[in-house]
Amino acid sequence: MLYSKTTMDHFRNPRNVGVIEDANGIGEVGNPLCGDMMTIYLKIEDDIIKDIKFQTFGCGSAIAVSSMLTEIAKGNSIDEAKQITNKDVAKALEGLPKNKLHCSNLGADALQLAIKDYEDRKAGIERPKEQQQEKHDHSHGDGKCYCPYCESSLKEGDNFCQACLHEIEEEEH
Amino acid sequence: MTTINLDHISASPLLPEVQEAMITAIREFQGNPSSQNQAGENAAAVIETARESVAGLLNSKVPREVVFTSSGTESVNQAIKGVAMANRSKGNHIVTSSIEHSSVNRSIKRLMQQGFRTTAVSVDNMGRVDQEEVAKAITDDTILVSIMHSNNEIGTLQPIKEIAKITKEKKVLFHTDAVDSVGVIPVDVQELGVDLMSFASNPYYGPTGVGGLYIRRGVSIWPIIDGGVQENNRRAGTENLIGIIGTGVAADLAKANMDKRLVHLKELKDYFISELPNAIDEYYINGDIDNSLPNLVSVSIKYIEGESIMLMLDDEGYSVSTRSACATGSLRASHVLMAIGLDHADAQGTLLISPGISTTKEDIDGFLKALADITRSLRDMSPLYNKK
Repeated sequence: MLYSKTTMDHFRNPRNVGVIEDANGIGEVGNPLCGDMMTIYLKIEDDIIKDIKFQTFGCGSAIAVSSMLTEIAKGNSIDEAKQITNKDVAKALEGLPKNKLHCSNLGADALQLAIKDYEDRKAGIERPKEQQQEKHDHSHGDGKCYCPYCESSLKEGDNFCQACLHEIEEEEH
Repeated sequence: MTTINLDHISASPLLPEVQEAMITAIREFQGNPSSQNQAGENAAAVIETARESVAGLLNSKVPREVVFTSSGTESVNQAIKGVAMANRSKGNHIVTSSIEHSSVNRSIKRLMQQGFRTTAVSVDNMGRVDQEEVAKAITDDTILVSIMHSNNEIGTLQPIKEIAKITKEKKVLFHTDAVDSVGVIPVDVQELGVDLMSFASNPYYGPTGVGGLYIRRGVSIWPIIDGGVQENNRRAGTENLIGIIGTGVAADLAKANMDKRLVHLKELKDYFISELPNAIDEYYINGDIDNSLPNLVSVSIKYIEGESIMLMLDDEGYSVSTRSACATGSLRASHVLMAIGLDHADAQGTLLISPGISTTKEDIDGFLKALADITRSLRDMSPLYNKK
C-alpha cells in the first residue's frame, strides 16, 4: 500500500468534515489545476480554536492531511496553531509518499491562511474573498527545481526532465 | 472479500488453460532455446509453435514477422528507435499523435535529444486522429509515422487502415501501438497494411512480461538489444520461454473465442452506460463511444478526485484505475484528457472501468451501487460541489 495505516484511517474516516456556518476564519488553498483544493473553517473564541472543519477536493493523502490537521489544531491556541507545519502533519500521518508531500503543504497553508483571516477580521481589515485564496507551489523550499517523478534536479527552462523525460509544466518548478 | 476486477486494461487474469500450459512448461522445458542439444531444440520448437499461434492471431502469413519482446513498451521502443536508427540517413522526422502512450512519447523524446524532430497531430474531442492531418504532417524528412490503434485511456479506435494507405503512398514506415487492441478486438495486419505493430500478451489473458512486435518482411530496422542471434537476429537475449508458451496458448484462445467475447463485452458496456445515469449525475463519458474498445469506459465524475474514488472502491472490493493527476504522482492531468479538451478539474475525476470476459451484469450492478455511495460521500466533502 502506498499510504501508511494512519493515513488510510484518516482517509477512510475523515474527522471534522464540513462547513462552519458562523466561522470567523476561513482559508482556502490550491486549485483543481494542481490537483487539490482545501478550505479550512475556524471558530475561534478567546484565541482558542473551539471548532475546525474542512472541505477538500483531492486525493487520498489530501483528505487524510486535512483530517489530521484538524485533529492537531482543534483546541489549540492561535499561537500554538501557528506553529503547526506541513512536516508535523506528514509526521503524524506516519509519513507520506514523496510525490504526495505537496498535499501536506496544502494543509498547513490553509490553516495559516484561516488564522490570518481571523486576525484580519479582528483588526477590522476587510478583504475581498479572492484574497483568502493562495496558490501553493511545488518547490522543495531550497529554491532549486526537482523533477516530481525521478527527483533529478532540473535546469531552468527545461520543459522536460533530461533524465526521465517526463514533461514538466511551469508551475511544477 | 473477493475483489471484482474492473481493471482489465491494467491487468487481465491468466486463463486456466494458460496457467496449466505454463505450469507444465516449467517442469518440462529446461533447455536454452539457443543450444543445439536436445533440450535446447525442444525449447526452440515450442517457441516457434507459440510464434505461429501469435502470427495466426494477427493474420500474418509469415510467423518470422513476429518478434517476442518483454512487453508492449519494449516493442514500441524497438519499433520507434530501431526504425529511427536504421533510417537516419533518409531523414529525421517522426509523425505521431497527441494522445500516444508514454512509451511512444518518450521514445520519440529520447530521439529528439539525438537530433530527431516530431510532429504530433491533434485529435478531436472524441480522441480521433484525422488521417488528412497525418498526410499533411508528412514531409520529405519523415521516416516514420506512429499512431496508436486504440487509446489506453479513452478507448477510441483510430483510422489505421486509412493512415496506412497514406504512408504506403508516401513511402514512409508506419508503426501502430496496438497493445490494447490485439487479442481483444480483431486486428489483421494484412487488412490494416501496417509495417510495424506493437502488442502484448496480458490484454488477451496471457502472462505479463511478454510482448511482441510485428515487423513486416523487408522493413529496415535495427535491434535495440544487441547480443546473440535470438528472435531471428532481431532481439538478443535468452527468451522468456515459459511466458512465450503461455502467450501462444492465450493467442489461440483469443482467436477461437473472439466473437463470443466481443458479444459479451459489448453487452456489458452497453448495460453499464445505460445504467450509469441511475447511479450518478454530472459526469462525462470520454472518447468515441461507438468506435472504441469494448472493454473500456472512461468516466469523468464532476467535483471529486479519481484517486479518492479508486481507493474507496478498492475498500468495497472493486478494482478500477484512475487518470487523475494525483494518482499518477505527476500533479498533472492526463495528456489524453487534456487533448480531448477536458478541463483540469473534470480530468481529475476520471475513472477507467474495464470489465473482462468473466465480468457479469451483477458485478456491474454492485459496482454502480458502490460508486453512487462513494460519489455522494466525496461530493459532501468537496468544496467544488458545495460552491456550485
